[in-house]
Order: sequence, then C-alpha cells, then structure tokens
Amino acid sequence: MWESEGSYKYSHLTFSEDEMPQVAIKAQGLAKWFGEGEARTDALRDVDLETYFGEMLFIEGPSGSGKTTLLSVLSGILKPNSGTVRVEDVEIWSLDADKLAEFRLNKLGFVFQDYHLFPRLTTAENAAIPLILKKKDWNESIHEAIKYLEIVGLKGRADLPPVRLSGGEQQRVAIARAMVSQPDILIMDEPTASLDGDTGISILSFVRKNVLNASRCIVVVTHDDRIFQFASRILHMEDGRLTTARKGTT
Amino acid sequence: MNSILKLAYKLLVNDRAKFTALLLGITFAVFLIMFITSMFVGVLNHASATVINIGATIWVMDPAVETVSNSVGMPDYVLDAVRSMQGVKYAVPLYSGGALVKLADGTYQSVTVIGLDDTSLLGRPALLEGKIQDIYAQSGFIVVRDAEFSKLENPHIGSEFELNDNRAVIVGIAQVATSGLYGIPTLYTTYQRAAEYIPNPRFTISYVLVEPKSANAIPQIKAQVERLGYRARTKEEFMQNTADFFIYKTGGGTNILIMTAISLIVGLSISGQTFYTFILENLERFGALKAIGIKSRDLVGMILFQATFTAMTGYGLGVGLCVSLIWLAKLRLPSYAAMLTFANLMVGFVLVVIIAAVSSYVGIRRVLQIQPFDIFRG
Repeated sequence: MWESEGSYKYSHLTFSEDEMPQVAIKAQGLAKWFGEGEARTDALRDVDLETYFGEMLFIEGPSGSGKTTLLSVLSGILKPNSGTVRVEDVEIWSLDADKLAEFRLNKLGFVFQDYHLFPRLTTAENAAIPLILKKKDWNESIHEAIKYLEIVGLKGRADLPPVRLSGGEQQRVAIARAMVSQPDILIMDEPTASLDGDTGISILSFVRKNVLNASRCIVVVTHDDRIFQFASRILHMEDGRLTTARKGTT
Repeated sequence: MNSILKLAYKLLVNDRAKFTALLLGITFAVFLIMFITSMFVGVLNHASATVINIGATIWVMDPAVETVSNSVGMPDYVLDAVRSMQGVKYAVPLYSGGALVKLADGTYQSVTVIGLDDTSLLGRPALLEGKIQDIYAQSGFIVVRDAEFSKLENPHIGSEFELNDNRAVIVGIAQVATSGLYGIPTLYTTYQRAAEYIPNPRFTISYVLVEPKSANAIPQIKAQVERLGYRARTKEEFMQNTADFFIYKTGGGTNILIMTAISLIVGLSISGQTFYTFILENLERFGALKAIGIKSRDLVGMILFQATFTAMTGYGLGVGLCVSLIWLAKLRLPSYAAMLTFANLMVGFVLVVIIAAVSSYVGIRRVLQIQPFDIFRG
C-alpha cells in the first residue's frame, strides 16, 4: 500500500518510489482451510503478500504455520478458498488446469525438499525434464541441461545416475532442473532440510550468487535460520498468518 | 520419438528388474494362451484331415454325422439322386473306414482306408512314388508317407500286407496336406475294393462328393439334399462342424476357455502387479512432474505408452517363443498337432490389450490422484 507520496510500504518494509522493484507475485486476501465444520483447519488466514524481481524472499515459521500451503497456493498448485494470486499480472487461479500447468512450466522453477529426481535417469536427463515436458527435442534438451549442470558445478557428472551423487550434488541437480527452462520465479521448499549445515550454506550461497538476478524472484520456504543470511527479505508465518517481516542480512 | 514418450520409455526400460518382470509376465501369458490354442487348432485341423486332403467342394452325408471320421453309410440311391440334382456338375462316392493290417512280424496295426471313386479317383493324393493307375492293379493300395508311415514298417512299392484277411500290395507312396488325428497310417484304394475288403453294414457310401456347376448352385444343391433327408455341407462348413464337435461336445472348448482365463490371470497378476508397483515407486516423482507443469493428458500418454510398449514387446516375445517351440517340436514330430492361425494371434493380442488396459487404468488412476501439493508436504 502507498504509505505516503514517494514511498511504498509493504509490511514492515518501506521503499522509495525510485527504487520500487517490479512485482513478481501479488497475493491478496488468501485463505485456505482443510476439512469442514469442527474438523476445519485454517492453514491460511487473510494473507497478503508481494514479492519482487531481484529479491530472494524467505518465508519462515514453525511447523504447521502454513508455509508450505502458502508456497503451494502462490505457485498454482493448491487452490485457495478465497483470495487472488497474480503472477506477472496473470491471475493464475482463473486459468484452467492445462493453462495453469503450462504457466507453471514456463514461468516457475521448483526445487523440492526431497529433490524428487528420477533414480533411473541420468543427471542430465533429470535436469532436462522441464524442457522435455515442453516437448523440446530430446538431444537439445540434454545439451541445454548439461550447460546448467556445469553452471551448478557438476561438470562431468551428466551421465551419472542421481544415486551416485552426494546430497548436496543432488540438490544442485534439482537447482539445474529448476533453472533449465529459465523461469522468472524460483520456488524452493526447505532447500536445506536434507543437507548438512555447511552444504546447505554453500548451496544457498551459490543460488544467491548465480541464480538470483534482477529479472528473477526466488521464494524460499525454510525454518533453517543458518541460511537467513542469504535472504533479501524474511517473512515470518504463524498460525496461517504472515505476522512479521524483516530485511535479510545480505 | 516424441521427447515425452522417450522420457516414458527411459523411465520404463532403465528399471531393468521391473521391466524384465513385466515382460516375463506378459510373454509367459501370451505364450501360454498361444500355445494351448495353437495345439487345439492343430488338433481341429488334423480332425478334418480327410476333408482337407480330399478337397471336394460339397460333401453329402447322413444327418447324424458329426465328424468326418464317424461316417454313417448311405444307400446307393443317394448317389444317383444327387447326380440328378439341378446345379450338380458331377458327384462321386467316397468310402472312409477303418481296417486292421497284419504286419510281417504278426502284429496288427489299425489303418484308415479311403476308397476313391473307381472312375474318377477324385481326391487322390499326390504321389511320391509309383503310378496312380496301379491303384487298379490287383489288391493295389497307396500308402501315405506321414508321421505314421513307420507304423507299417516303412513299406515300399511291392510291400504286401494282410488287410482284414485280404492281400494288400503297396503300389504307390503318397503325401497329403494334413495327417490324421488318431495317429494311424492312411491307405488309399478304389471305392469298390474298399467296400469289398472291409466288412460293412448294408450301405457302403460314406460320403457323396459333389462338384457344383457354379458357386451360386451350392444353396440350391443343399436344399435339394435336405429334401432328400440328407445333409450337404461345403468343405469349410464340414470342417467347422467337425471343429464344433470337438469344441462343444468333448469339453475341449471349456478347457481352452479355462486355459485362456488362467493365462489372463497369470499375465495380470504378474504384469499388472509389477506395473502398479512401478507406478507406486515413481508416484512422488510423477507428482513432482505435475508440480513442474506436465499436463494430465501428457502424463496419461506416458503411462499408456509404457503399458502399450511393454504389452506389445511381451506379445512379440510370446509369439516368437510359441513359434520357436512349435518349430522345434515339428522337427522331432512332423505330425505335431499345433498350428498358429490369425485367430490364435488375435486371441493373444486381445489378451495383452486387456492386460495393458487394466494395468494402465490402475496406474493412471493412481497417478491422477496424486496431488502436487502432497509433494510439497513430503
């Protein structure tokens, strides 16, 4: 909301008009509940949120606070009971299922907590999956994926199956897979949950330095405070509400 | 190949253990059904051996006849009546019966004796040795060289037997398209000699073989024969009647049905279960694909492709295995009663289509149920 002429306030953050970044995701009045009647659980309660290109937004909070639900709603995976989500000016929940899937494929990149790499495919084939789903030529997709594997520091590992890689390397494959289609928005769900402390920090450091840029927005859900140092902004979530926000340390 | 289908292919075949189990299940099911049905078809084919080998267009018979080997004698007037029917080009008698041959070592061997019309010799076999006119020589018989030939101690031209206490001399050695079902040698002679040598009831004509003036005359001839109180069947109809007898009146058809059901159960239980396990193991990854943005129809296409590819490969292997075994068996046993037909292939094909359809239906249902949100929830 506009706080005063020449400045904009978002939660606890205030930007001047000239440094105003472009909005990547804008969510308003999001509510999501599961079950009905006495069994109803409110996972999101009237959540408003904006993310911007060029920022690495962290959403943290205790287990069960609604972080994952919020991430799912923002990324077009879980439909909210009320509220709107605009991604680059597209109201994603007005799209039909196929259009929404296509939108996710073209605009979003996902890094899952457990990576979800196919163990029977090579590293390069795993990384190429978004391009394959876009029905690009198989060889071209693999060639492109190898380039991204090199970017994430896995040169020479393209032909190995994921099971031959360490946890950190598998996470890098997942990042390469998320990046290969050059999405505008990268969604990372608990990216360090399966990694030791040092590896987690090195992965996030890599993402911050090499993946984040002015035309990309990264949304990270985590409760690992060791990686908060890489956040542009941190939102705290509790009981289905975004309660506080603070600037990150970098 | 479409890159999504190639992805489906790699996911399938790279899991070698499961892919092998899937193939084994389908191959075994197809082999089982193909082999048992081909054996049955082979038996049916051998059961109609006389019809096939004689090759007459129309067969006139007593209405009580159910298979070609169980003929009922007809009086001579039937032959005369048929010859005078409209649409008949010519008609000749045929004798078909059994006799006992006393071999040189004193043992007896059952034989089938076919008595050909003395004038035309219609239905005579192709001779490998000897001259057909020698069939008119005194006590002349032609022996068929098939798998049962050795049971007559490998006779040659000039060999003599006692046939139902009459002297029989081999004057020719022949080959036929199909050997008989019952594993006994076949001898050809003239109709008159057959009727003379083999003790018979009052009537000696087993069948009247008819050649119609044209194909259009067949229904007319059949109707006229019906009015006479007898039955006329085309070659194909007679073979079908024989087959129907074995299918419906001997329990053979029921056994085949049971074997088909067992094959289906084996195929479904091995392949269906393995395919379902394959889907379950990759369920979260399929969910991840949904989250990344695969469309439902592409996902369904992947699973259908995997099921179809496995089914068709298993089908090919099953058919190949069946053909190889039949070929090997026929090397050892030339009269081995197994025969692959288009119908066999279709039965096997329908079986794998059912297995693929059920397996993929179960897999698709499971994959469509998984929500990408579940992937985030872990």
